[in-house]
Amino acid sequence: MKTSDIHWFKFSSPPNFYWLAGRMWPWFATLAATLTLIGLWIAFFVAPIDAQQGQGYRIIFVHVPASQMAMFIYLVMAAWAGFGLAFNTRLSGMMASALAPTGALFAFLSLLTGALWGKPMWGTWWVWDARLTSTLILLFLYLGFLALQSSIDDARRADKACAVLALVGVVNVPIIYFSVNWWNTLHQGASVSLSKSPSMAAPMLWGMLIMVVAFWMYTIAVTLARVRTIILDRERHTEWVKNAVE
Amino acid sequence: MQWNSVSEFFAMGGYAFYVWGSFGATAAVMLLEMLHVRRQRQEMRRSLRNELLSEGASS
Amino acid sequence: MKTLGLGSVLLAVLRREVSLALRQKGEVLTPLVFFVVIASLFPLGVGPESALLQRMAPGVLWVSALLAAMLSLQRLFATDYADGSLEQMALSSTPLGLLVVAKAISHFLLSGLPLVLMAPVLGLQFGLDGRALGLLMLTLLLGTPTLSLIGSIGAALTLGVRGAGVLLSLLILPLYIPVLIFGAGAVESDAAGMGAGGHLSLLAAMLVLSIFFAPIATTTALRISLE
Repeated sequence: MKTSDIHWFKFSSPPNFYWLAGRMWPWFATLAATLTLIGLWIAFFVAPIDAQQGQGYRIIFVHVPASQMAMFIYLVMAAWAGFGLAFNTRLSGMMASALAPTGALFAFLSLLTGALWGKPMWGTWWVWDARLTSTLILLFLYLGFLALQSSIDDARRADKACAVLALVGVVNVPIIYFSVNWWNTLHQGASVSLSKSPSMAAPMLWGMLIMVVAFWMYTIAVTLARVRTIILDRERHTEWVKNAVE
Repeated sequence: MQWNSVSEFFAMGGYAFYVWGSFGATAAVMLLEMLHVRRQRQEMRRSLRNELLSEGASS
Repeated sequence: MKTLGLGSVLLAVLRREVSLALRQKGEVLTPLVFFVVIASLFPLGVGPESALLQRMAPGVLWVSALLAAMLSLQRLFATDYADGSLEQMALSSTPLGLLVVAKAISHFLLSGLPLVLMAPVLGLQFGLDGRALGLLMLTLLLGTPTLSLIGSIGAALTLGVRGAGVLLSLLILPLYIPVLIFGAGAVESDAAGMGAGGHLSLLAAMLVLSIFFAPIATTTALRISLE
């Protein structure tokens, strides 16, 4: 079947997307696993020791990808949400809901690994630097989304309300980052900042890049798998769902 | 290869707790998430099947 | 029949809001009392050392004002929603956005403005001097309307939802953070001799942005909640 024979728009219907997601997620999972192994190899066996931070800097190979994904997922979530509001499509709202938990977990991991990095390097478990603080606020935005979702019983209304929230949030994210940055530089006592990462040698950059892509593939795999369950739940009264679960 | 021995690798120049803690936590969270998604799917299918059965029985 | 201009409709709605709210004086006064109580908790928690209190004052007073402003947000649409008049207003020919703006203005008048007037009294308790007090009032004057506008989005989203009060706070507080940073920051910056001009301009900019964009978000959220 040629690519031109595939009518892509048919996948915007839940049963078709359910099928497509079911076929696609294993591929993304395999891709994620392979890239992770390569990334870890570079992280531990290719990237050299750092002059200032010794072996401790290797945490960036999970900290940076987690932070990137937390940010990126929120943008994608908001995009799906906006799309769903504009075109009144059911599936868009389901995709946004499927992305939120993964985004929240990455935000949490970013904070956790950030703390584990900060403690040996700067002596404290928590540092109110601009990036960590912004990530903390991003986590609050995710938690708000999840809380709103779970407190509205009607799924369609929940999707739409969360879509508005996600869009308001995404507009605010740059504003929040800007103001936290200002706040941080204004109160800069000791110049502590996690953005002062070690000077990046080529293997370090490659390792980080590969890990970012690996996390991205993982996100797609998990989201596609999760949205299938959401679709089953939302479309439970249709014939195709009844056939699918028998 | 920059590690002279396996124990040196695990020691991570003294940063073992922090480095392995970070990688371990990341791996754990991702693993748990995957398992959770799988369990959600199984439970959804089970509950939908039960719904179908009870519908069939009552009709 | 003479059609009413938008301006007179706005005023009419505003007058209705204010008179309804003033009938429940308790509900207007409670957030104000809350403001005073919360602000008084901090010295009790950290000790009465004057240098520390002076240093903390802008932040503490701003956070307390934030929380107090948020308290009255739940009522913004809830009473009209409960008795069905909100749906009537949504169905009428007047744009829903007008109602939203009117409600935000009335929330500012009834909740924000009293905070602005009360703040200097509390500021004195924290040992702020006259210049800082004036600046604090100015930042609150610029900031509280923004809080009302952003808050109305949250109120509309959580209309009729279980546990709306706490949920509203969770949704809104992250969005309030920039206003907090620049509001409190203005007073501190001026006290440190670096001037508050930048902070005040940013507060004004955020106010203008919210005036333009918040009503759109709130109206969309209201329509979703009313479906």
